[in-house]
Amino acid sequence: MVQALCRLKESASQTAGPYVHIGLTPNFAGIAGVYDRDLGTAMVNDNTRGERIRVNIRVIDGAGSPLNDALVEIWQADAAGIYNSPSDLRGSADPNFTGWGRLPTDMTTGECMFETIKPGRVPFFDGRKMAPHLTVWIIARGINIGLHTRMYFSDEETANAEDPVLMRIEQRERVSTLVAPRDGDIYKFDIHLQGINETVFFDI
Amino acid sequence: MTNSRFPANRTPEIGAFFQRDRNWHPPAFTPAYKTSVLRSPRRPLLSLDNTLSELTGPVFGHNILGELDNDLIHNFAGPGESAIGPRILVYGRLLDERGIGVAGALLEVWQANAGGRYRHKKETYLAPLDPNFGGCGRTITGEDGSYCFRTIQPGPYPWPNGPNDWRPAHIHFSIFGHGFAQRLITQMYFEGDPMIWRCPIVRTINNRRAIEGLTAALDMEATIPMDARAYKFDIVLRGRRSTLFENRIEGN
Repeated sequence: MVQALCRLKESASQTAGPYVHIGLTPNFAGIAGVYDRDLGTAMVNDNTRGERIRVNIRVIDGAGSPLNDALVEIWQADAAGIYNSPSDLRGSADPNFTGWGRLPTDMTTGECMFETIKPGRVPFFDGRKMAPHLTVWIIARGINIGLHTRMYFSDEETANAEDPVLMRIEQRERVSTLVAPRDGDIYKFDIHLQGINETVFFDI
Repeated sequence: MTNSRFPANRTPEIGAFFQRDRNWHPPAFTPAYKTSVLRSPRRPLLSLDNTLSELTGPVFGHNILGELDNDLIHNFAGPGESAIGPRILVYGRLLDERGIGVAGALLEVWQANAGGRYRHKKETYLAPLDPNFGGCGRTITGEDGSYCFRTIQPGPYPWPNGPNDWRPAHIHFSIFGHGFAQRLITQMYFEGDPMIWRCPIVRTINNRRAIEGLTAALDMEATIPMDARAYKFDIVLRGRRSTLFENRIEGN
């Protein structure tokens, strides 16, 4: 016998189910008066530094239908590439930028639209710079464990080409599933859960 | 957001998180839970070590919390009113896989009312709404990872999957850790509920111990006599590697 490591096991994930809005966006669900506002709906204010952008996200199932009951969270660095988190020891992030957003997809169109700023570049663990990106996390009825992916920007071709995470994707044609095309100030990011265009999801 | 969760004399940990045990969690594709069939990725996940994008995560200060946020019996009720149902306390600790309490973490919960009915426009169950029950609550863990909230025990309810599938009584939990890679959604079940082992959603988990780990224990010592029974529910997030002796690149 040897000494026990005494590790615990992570609590097993369970689906967020169809009524996730009650807990995470109660005002959107029509439950007024419990919380002032739904958390994560405002990432920026008038003083936030950086280029204002909008990000339109849809989550599309294996039959080609956008999910109208999904919930999407994004997490990103500020314009200087610093995260608004105590775990980022490189400096202070823009105090006028939360870095985190959360929205339900529309019950009719299946879209959600984040108002944010374009993030700066953040170093990979070996010091190389990653291209600007958003971390995206998706939960919904029928999704047993939250799906983790990234959105990159179509107008960052040079940075994307040297991004150490994108470089890890063996099937090169799948890189494009993580790059959102730009139209004016809107980036449109369609996340495909299945099929020939299945988005690259991360175990990270 | 503030740094109030970390006292000035404590440096936040920045080591990478332990690898997730994907055999312990439910797989994405679980045909007995029909909705998963078209919503499950089929290609292998891209595995890589954490970067700053996953090691960091949002922080929520206590300033977001209202006085009744962790009291579901009263936070939607009219003046002098309270929600109908068996009154319970749910308490426990948020730990990581090393057994260390996770301080300052936001927990959000939601649930059906005592009749098994959710307050939601897509809900079609014939059980009535309780005018004094909204069904959402939240709290932030203390220095040792402890948390507590007050609610009513939710009812079981039927759902469209098989012709006669019922959910066991449960409370949904959304949990933030210190890094976004720890983000987790799960459900709490109640000790002794015979519906647990019949439920296709519970059974997406292939491991009996993992299911038992989501089942809260009745704790008579923590009850409030003549008021509310208590259930203990500890939650575990991914642990993280120590950075002792680990070389880190300048600026990383």
